[in-house]
Amino acid sequence: MVEKLKSASELTNLRERIIANRDPSKSVVSICIGTGCTALGAKKVVEVLGEEIKSKNLEERVKVKQTGCLGFCEVGPRVIVYPEEISYFKVKPEDVPEIVSQTIMKKDVVKRLLYVDHGTGETATTLEDVPFYKHQQRILLEKNAKIDPKDIEDYITLGGYDALPKALFQMTPQQVVELVKKSNLRGRGGGGFPTGRKWETTRNAPGEPKYVIANCDEGDPGAFMDRSIVEGNPHSIIEGLIIGAYAIGAHEGFIYVREEYPLAVENVNIALGQAQEHGLLGENILGSGFNFTIRVHRGAGAFVSGESSALISAIEGTVGEPKPKYVHAAIKGLWGKPTCLNNVKTWAYVPLIILNGVDWFRSIGTKNSSGTAIFSLVGKVNNTGLVEVPMGITLRNLIYKIGGGIKDGKKFKAVQTGGPSGGFIPEQYLDTPVDFDELTKVGSMMGSGGMIVMDEDTCIVDVTRYYANFLSDESCGKCVPCREGLKQIVGILNRICAGSGREEDLKTLDDLSELLRDASLCALGSTAANPLTTSSLYFKDEYEEHIRNKRCPSKVCRDLIAYYIKPESCQACLICLRNCPVKAIAGEKSIVHVIDQEKCIKCGMCIEVCPFDAIEKLSPAVPPTASYGIKVTPKKRR
Amino acid sequence: MSEEVTLAIDGKEVKAEKGTTILEVAKANKIDIPTLCYNEKMTPYGGCRICMVEITKGGRRKLVTSCAYPVEEGLEVATNNERIRKVRGMLLELLLPLADTGPIRELAEKYGVTKSRFEAKPTDCILCGLCVRYCAEVKKVNAVCFTGRGTSRDISPMPEIAPDICPICQECNSLCPAGKIVELTQDRHLLSIPISKKKTIASG
Repeated sequence: MVEKLKSASELTNLRERIIANRDPSKSVVSICIGTGCTALGAKKVVEVLGEEIKSKNLEERVKVKQTGCLGFCEVGPRVIVYPEEISYFKVKPEDVPEIVSQTIMKKDVVKRLLYVDHGTGETATTLEDVPFYKHQQRILLEKNAKIDPKDIEDYITLGGYDALPKALFQMTPQQVVELVKKSNLRGRGGGGFPTGRKWETTRNAPGEPKYVIANCDEGDPGAFMDRSIVEGNPHSIIEGLIIGAYAIGAHEGFIYVREEYPLAVENVNIALGQAQEHGLLGENILGSGFNFTIRVHRGAGAFVSGESSALISAIEGTVGEPKPKYVHAAIKGLWGKPTCLNNVKTWAYVPLIILNGVDWFRSIGTKNSSGTAIFSLVGKVNNTGLVEVPMGITLRNLIYKIGGGIKDGKKFKAVQTGGPSGGFIPEQYLDTPVDFDELTKVGSMMGSGGMIVMDEDTCIVDVTRYYANFLSDESCGKCVPCREGLKQIVGILNRICAGSGREEDLKTLDDLSELLRDASLCALGSTAANPLTTSSLYFKDEYEEHIRNKRCPSKVCRDLIAYYIKPESCQACLICLRNCPVKAIAGEKSIVHVIDQEKCIKCGMCIEVCPFDAIEKLSPAVPPTASYGIKVTPKKRR
Repeated sequence: MSEEVTLAIDGKEVKAEKGTTILEVAKANKIDIPTLCYNEKMTPYGGCRICMVEITKGGRRKLVTSCAYPVEEGLEVATNNERIRKVRGMLLELLLPLADTGPIRELAEKYGVTKSRFEAKPTDCILCGLCVRYCAEVKKVNAVCFTGRGTSRDISPMPEIAPDICPICQECNSLCPAGKIVELTQDRHLLSIPISKKKTIASG
């Protein structure tokens, strides 16, 4: 049974005791068991590692630590051996004996498990040497490698819960609010509202009790920033919430986590239990007289529930639908009481600001957007994953230095920032600094931090249709612009992609975008037109090609392309013919093969299997008339 | 404790109690703002967006639903300018194919919409929720409810409650601007069959 900490000095003593009991020379093997690495087999690595350590009688000398995510999931499972910080990637269970015998016992590096840069071919021994990490500034995510999220002692050892007594005993609630205001911290949920001002409004609003809520209803496709923090470092959010509650005068808080994040739900519940046991939550926290409890609310998985009034409705037990809110939640929120709702990342910055000070936080980032931003960088870049960068970094540096540039040497087309309702930013704005205000200027937004890179093979109309579809699916259906407007937008985009677009469609789409922006009930609707507005502004020619010339310039829209076998290149090898799933290809030995356009389902299998590059995609879908019976022109096989 | 504020609606200075909605103040001053999902007996819903007006506050203009926006000192409200007329026209153009019925056609024509550019399955329902909310808030029985989400949102009678209540109540019928609720609450056949089949019938 853990003894409750009754004062700040007891917490300091506990920290010192834990540190004293830990042998700094002892090897610590940190393995990510975040969702990505687990999917790639990290659990098996952990299991084999445990067995190996046991069989070599190294239990006294090595500690295995299962940690949260470090973001570079595509090269997982990730293993770091401390104190040398040797980092291995793509580790398989069969690599474990070598890691144990070489790295743990002899302190030798297993070269073949190191990260190799695909551009330069250089290897990286520590995390900091990996180009993906080199250009990042990780103040929130850094600790994920060193913390077992199920063990509060790890967080405490690294200075966790050190900000709490500082706030409780050395500052008045008003001073905490002032500090957060001065720090220039802005809401990381996407809106960028000044956090300190929101706290102040809630604090000054009449009505008791007051509530604080952490929003982890992250629902963007491909985004896992909030997830990684809740899974990997739940105490940082809890500490932030306690400090915020103290500043605001709340005694009850909620962490809203989506049910689809089972590990996050598990870890945050364990963390809450441990914090409670240690007297960091509950009554009379650290003997300060301040009481505060946190409950976890598991969301039933709706993108729209991330919207503040919908999220509050969901906690109240009704349907997660937005309400017309002209009185802010800070004044009238949960059960009609003053409520401060912030994204989990926003809460997690708070202890760092209290500990390191306002100047430190403001020294990172830009004048109006202080601190770092966490993005989930995905799409057609070489390095995908979670990146934490100082605000103000340019999109170009993010994509090329950290992301390693566009995959397969293709050409960049656009980057979408801010999740499914973010705008598409074209090449000419790649030097835009990433912060709340600059991204809005080019028609996109910071959003919660999704970032999807598209290359020349992406059809802008098709991808716009994808997001319109997503948002239409996720719309709650309450207000007319969002429900009916998005339905019509999807219909029109389907028509354009199918080659039956009409000249007046662009005007109709413009009208619908404007309606969504002006008249929607909540931010899901009012931002839903961003992909459409930016794509039709920056890539108007692509829309026109689809509508006027029935041509898909990126050769993606199936109804607008045809597969064609070039008679001069075909070697009549029969491979495409055998692989075609609908038997649409006719041919025989030494006779050039011909695709029956009526039968072809445009699956692209023939292009993939052709060893002679003899097949091409054509758009518009009018291939030259192919006659059967042409003899092959023999060529040397590649 | 009520506080009086002064605001301007369409250039006309009016006085009102702080906290009342723009729509209520407009009504009291005989200024017409069209509504579809509003009913004074129920909490403002903000779903149809027809009652949107443009407000100017601190030099910034924005559109708000007048049914829910509380008036405040110095507020300037425009209820029928070009921007508003365009929004209302668009909304009605979207609603018309769903329910080409009396009140909606009439309103649409008033905003210059005689023919819609949009196609949709006619459902005789614009999902204004008047029936659902009346049943929940005024009658407090919840015999009619929303089902589904987003584009598959629908209105259905609740099989445990509706067969006993709907045939004798019918109070929501007169609220419906489109006509579907009449069919739902009067159809004895619909009210006596299992829910899975009802759903199919209800959504046509």
